[in-house]
Amino acid sequence: MAEQETQEQSSGEPSGERGIYEGLAYYLMAPAWVTLFVFLVVPLGIMLVYSFLTKEFRGGVIWEFSLAAYDQFFFDRGLFGDEPARIEWTYIGIFWRSLWQAGLATLLCLLLGFPTAFVIATRSGRWKFVWLFLITIPYWVNLLIRTISMKFLIRDNGPLNEWLLAIGVLDKPLHLINTDFAIQLGLFYSYLPFMVLPIYASIERYNFALSEAAADLYASRWYTLRRVIFPLVKPGVVAGCILVFVPSLGAFLAPDLLGGAKKFMIGSLIEEQFKGNIGNWPFGAAASMLLLSLVLVMLTCYALSQSRARR
Amino acid sequence: MKNIRRIFLSAAVLCAFGAAQAQAAGKLSVYHWFEYIPQELLDKFAAEHDVEVTMDTYDSNEAMLASLKAGKLGSYDVAVPGDYMVKILIEEGMLDSFTRSEMSNFDNIAPEWADVSFDPGRKHSIPYQWGSTSFSVNRDHYDGDINTLSLVFDPPAELSGKINVLDSQAELLALASIYLGIPQCTSDREELRRLNALVQAAKPHWASFGSDVAKDVLVSGDVSVGMIWSGFSAKAREEGAPIQYAFPREGYIVWMDNVALLKDAPNRENAIKFMNFLLEPENAAAVTNFAQYTDGVSGTGSYHSDAVRNSPESNPPASPTGSFVEVCSQEVQEVYDEIWTQLRQ
Repeated sequence: MAEQETQEQSSGEPSGERGIYEGLAYYLMAPAWVTLFVFLVVPLGIMLVYSFLTKEFRGGVIWEFSLAAYDQFFFDRGLFGDEPARIEWTYIGIFWRSLWQAGLATLLCLLLGFPTAFVIATRSGRWKFVWLFLITIPYWVNLLIRTISMKFLIRDNGPLNEWLLAIGVLDKPLHLINTDFAIQLGLFYSYLPFMVLPIYASIERYNFALSEAAADLYASRWYTLRRVIFPLVKPGVVAGCILVFVPSLGAFLAPDLLGGAKKFMIGSLIEEQFKGNIGNWPFGAAASMLLLSLVLVMLTCYALSQSRARR
Repeated sequence: MKNIRRIFLSAAVLCAFGAAQAQAAGKLSVYHWFEYIPQELLDKFAAEHDVEVTMDTYDSNEAMLASLKAGKLGSYDVAVPGDYMVKILIEEGMLDSFTRSEMSNFDNIAPEWADVSFDPGRKHSIPYQWGSTSFSVNRDHYDGDINTLSLVFDPPAELSGKINVLDSQAELLALASIYLGIPQCTSDREELRRLNALVQAAKPHWASFGSDVAKDVLVSGDVSVGMIWSGFSAKAREEGAPIQYAFPREGYIVWMDNVALLKDAPNRENAIKFMNFLLEPENAAAVTNFAQYTDGVSGTGSYHSDAVRNSPESNPPASPTGSFVEVCSQEVQEVYDEIWTQLRQ
């Protein structure tokens, strides 16, 4: 164990040969730092500051410190805002619904994405690229257009229902549009390639001689998949899950267009504070910060559990 | 060295030339509702005045206000706010003013729209279109009496789950207030509780919230009842939807959209020209024929298409009359926002 750690440490630092390149490295890093600063630190900083300001009526902020936005998120003071504070379940409920939808979309993408990636990665030469190409083709079209098309497909008298009625499977249209199922379908369809591609990249690098070795040692196929293949392609699976989960969490196109916008999701709740009917910028900023913290905490917990498992 | 200088010089000349070319044609930047002005009319203005017209669109008064507040003020010349939003924009100091002498067609404004409560004396805006907000019913799906707001707020079982409402807090809560017979923007707590209870109880009957889709869901037959603007409903009818627009006996909303001169307009002169252009009866009628509402300009009658002239949506019965959406105080607006959030949670 100790040996392994020292090995990791020593491999982390390039030994010797630092000298003249050391100064240059900082200059080479500069574009990355500037990009991070301009596009990450500054916008997040603005959001953080805004979330602690006083709201201006009909949008905008007044430069006075206030915790009102966070207070509104966590405490319910009744319709007129003068009852004793209780825990506010509205926004927690909206967050929970979004987490649940995003989690389910991630699971579905994984269930379909993993076998797909596996099949593609194990095709020979040219076919591999044909399949990859086919996976990406629909995504050349704008997400908005794809979502609207999905809406046309599944509406009560859309092609799907007409077809099912025509072949006699149904005797009345299947009501799909404006349901949670439709939102789920939209999320799943929007983000599936984000699951397939990283997993594909991992499986591509997997050495199938290891599977043969496992088979030689009398491992069943299922056991090989679980104990040999999966641990080795796990980085790709994790990357895929993050790439699907995070945008699903903030998605508002699918809930709005396919779900009928009846219930706020995190994304539409925040949008409503800035460009919708309710102009409450500090609250929108606070909800964004809380969402960001939530995702950060979840990813950190995951990273910690991983590093613990490794030891 | 000499070569380098020559390159710089020619580059500078090219730049100056490019700039001169861009200046030759003036610019006009319009911030407008979606599907509300025919492209041919914009082209006509562009050709007549040698102006390059660009247009961005929005789908609610509130979205427009938010975008202007978020820093877009100063990049658009004119916007098309509804009546209550004109009042808000004036209160927020976001409109520029003009004098009637700046527009040769100013006197074309129809007398009843020449002096309005939301812009006394018409110092910031000119009429664009006016119409009403109520709802339309698919007559193949429902053949009962449609002239009652209960079809939206307390629908019969056969219409439950087949209703789309506009994603517009101001109009939805105003219509709900009209249905309850309480004043808009009431500060009476009991009335506000009733308003909240009404929309909460109605929500399970609604299939969706959507403004830009309001026409499509009626045409496709996805919903049987759709809260909608009068002209948008006329368009849906023209596209083949078997629908009838209701003038509910409890009352309905009337509104007027106005072309307003924005503060810090980058091309104020062209903005004035554009407003003057829209007061020309022929051009105002072109908008009406396209949008299917009613213009607020005199002398447009002879240019109107028959479809517009005979449109049931644009010819409301003598009674009941509609009412304008009112601007609520901050106190009441905060309660409205809370009701809206609870409604959408």
